[in-house]
Amino acid sequence: MSGTPRKLASPFDPAALVELRSGDPVLISGIVLTARDAAHERFARAIAAGEPLPVDVESQTIYFVGPTPARPGHVIGSAGPTTASRMDPYSPLLIERGLKAMIGKGRRSPAVKQSMTEHGCVYFGAVEGTAALLSSCITAAEVVAYDDLGTEAVRRLQVADFPAFVVNDLHGGDLYLEGQARWRRARA
Amino acid sequence: MRTVDVAVVGDAVRELCVRANHEIRDDHLAALRRARNEERSAIGCQVLDSLLHNADVARVEQIAFCQDTGYAVVYLTIGQDVHFAGGDLTEAVNRGVAEGYRAGYLRASLVRTPIDRVNTGDNTPAMIDIQLVRGEGLHVTVLIKGAGCDNMSALRMLTPAEGTPAMIDFVVETIERAGPSASPPVTIGIGLGGTFDRAAAMAKRALTRRSGVPSPDPEIADLERQVLDAVNSTGIGPAGFGGTVTALAVHIETMATHIASYPVAINLDCHSHRVQELSL
Repeated sequence: MSGTPRKLASPFDPAALVELRSGDPVLISGIVLTARDAAHERFARAIAAGEPLPVDVESQTIYFVGPTPARPGHVIGSAGPTTASRMDPYSPLLIERGLKAMIGKGRRSPAVKQSMTEHGCVYFGAVEGTAALLSSCITAAEVVAYDDLGTEAVRRLQVADFPAFVVNDLHGGDLYLEGQARWRRARA
Repeated sequence: MRTVDVAVVGDAVRELCVRANHEIRDDHLAALRRARNEERSAIGCQVLDSLLHNADVARVEQIAFCQDTGYAVVYLTIGQDVHFAGGDLTEAVNRGVAEGYRAGYLRASLVRTPIDRVNTGDNTPAMIDIQLVRGEGLHVTVLIKGAGCDNMSALRMLTPAEGTPAMIDFVVETIERAGPSASPPVTIGIGLGGTFDRAAAMAKRALTRRSGVPSPDPEIADLERQVLDAVNSTGIGPAGFGGTVTALAVHIETMATHIASYPVAINLDCHSHRVQELSL
């Protein structure tokens, strides 16, 4: 746990994902897609209707975020992670279609964790209260689907050295469970 | 009697919405620094360092500390000798929120109803809470509340027999259930007593108290310390990555209640704890 951050490129090399362990700090560079509640609901509806998704999630990373509006001259506004568990009902649908990583905050359901280990998808935790810092790691942003959803639209982000921690690795590791177990003490 | 133009109130709300989202108040910054000194987990210290760094970046660049710029709770403490002129007070407050959110490049995060989920576009309406007091004073406090922590808040009507030990257990249970989703280290507002609705309102208002200032009632202050210690024994830590600081402060407010009731409302606020105030 902890130590020097490991540099990773997204879309991810499956071999690089296997090496990750819960608690590892990472710096992610490359392409990341954004989607949160409303976009996931539309993804699920498209899948149920047998329609193609507006973006190909194969090998991709989804970041659960709804950024603030960008100031003039800025690529994007503040952009920290939102609570991932709200996407739990939908994530397995995307993981089955090749999604390789998710970035968010908060615990995932047992069904999502099982889907992740089965299909080789890793969950990274970022810190919500670092939203202003994280926006400086985003070097380009463009809406690629559901423009009408505003902050909830699907964006393609170019990120450079985006800091996160491995929460759920491919070996059953879970930073939230391990971290809390290590520091829990008896109540006075 | 003092006459106040509602536009003055609207302008204050606009300024406070921007300031609360861009600049973390000194008491919360001090609480984060204290937490950094006390935290024993390395990863927890890293998280706290980033939160403090983030506060600098947000203030210097005048951008939102957190992308969830939440809903605006506007507390108006109004002297009963104040007369408002120049229009509708509620409309003026909502105008202030809409203008502040636009001017500060803040996110519109409210939908018209939980059913149709159509964004209102300007982060209105404000959640307005009015308290009448003696005199001619006028005080405006804006609390910016994100959803991650609000979603993890809870209310329970305990029985007198269950009492205070059950209240403490309920707080710990709520924190355990929230875990990383509430973005710890959290500030915990607790309303004890009153009615179902008043307990929740007290819990929310308790969040506006300066961080870590104990209740003036020594018995309640002691209870605040006990609850804080119980919460920090969970090991959830900063960002939920494990550590010794899960909460920065516990603020308890109490009021009279029914002989049959022990209402407990718990309102959590994330590490992006945002409050600003202004006397007019």
